[in-house]
Amino acid sequence: MINPERQGHQYPPAAPYQVSREAIREFALAVQAEHPAHHDVEAAQELGHRDLVAPPSFAVVIAQRAEAAVVNDDEAGIDFSRVVHAEERFTHHSPILAGDTLSSQVTLDRIRTMGAGAMVTTVVQISAEDGSPRTTVTSSLLVRNEEDDA
Amino acid sequence: MSTPVFEELEKGQQIGTRELSFSRADLIRYAAASGDHNPIHWNDRFAREVGLDGVIAHGMLTMGSAVDLVSVWAGDPGAVVDYQSRFTKPVPVPDAASGSPETPTARLQLSGKIGAVDAEQRRVRIDLSVELLTEPAAEQEPGAEADPDPVRTKVLAKSQAVVQL
Repeated sequence: MINPERQGHQYPPAAPYQVSREAIREFALAVQAEHPAHHDVEAAQELGHRDLVAPPSFAVVIAQRAEAAVVNDDEAGIDFSRVVHAEERFTHHSPILAGDTLSSQVTLDRIRTMGAGAMVTTVVQISAEDGSPRTTVTSSLLVRNEEDDA
Repeated sequence: MSTPVFEELEKGQQIGTRELSFSRADLIRYAAASGDHNPIHWNDRFAREVGLDGVIAHGMLTMGSAVDLVSVWAGDPGAVVDYQSRFTKPVPVPDAASGSPETPTARLQLSGKIGAVDAEQRRVRIDLSVELLTEPAAEQEPGAEADPDPVRTKVLAKSQAVVQL
């Protein structure tokens, strides 16, 4: 059973994530992103960036590692085999670039029970090494209850 | 690469269209690049066991693939300061009937238009439309219509990218 008391809980930060050029290129290829700033360092630098620019949804790779804390939280009681991704949002305070080392921390922001199921919203703060905010990732998951399957 | 002239932008203007297609191989590539290895995106048997008709694309693959239209229009992917989507309908990606798993089996039509202009902050909101194109149910006589219009299903809602210019 989902435990609404867990709303607002902040989990310990995930291990820092190092953004590599190859991870950006591989992700850009996978999402069919053709902008040269994802692939060609010179093209990124011509736009004033230090290195390759991650596609706008790349932050999901980093956020996922932080969100694992919620998945593994027995006290939250969320059955992730019954989860449907409902909504995702990326707010970029500054773009994620190759060479960045980023920390991430997840908060179980909201648990809204709906009938037998629930809508669960997590917020991941991704920050640079100096602590400055880089990206906020908000993810909403619809958790079905077993009774819905009857 | 040309960049949009802020002063010329108005709500309602189209920024472009693109057709996207996904194959089983594309889903495997996204799983590897993203670290999302949920088997509903690569194993039909498992997908059916959890109540789907078969393998579906990652919602994040659809969302992630749609935004390049905005990055290219803006001239700089770093100008996309906010991007959100709601996942309304799954995108089924069946196995190709024969041949290479690189054969696309899902077609999406993407278009973007300006939804709002914030002159003070020099920000533009692009509203994206992402529709799954499927063949209509085969009811007509064979050869009655060679190329019937596809059925369009919106798979993302409130898909909005904010660009800082």
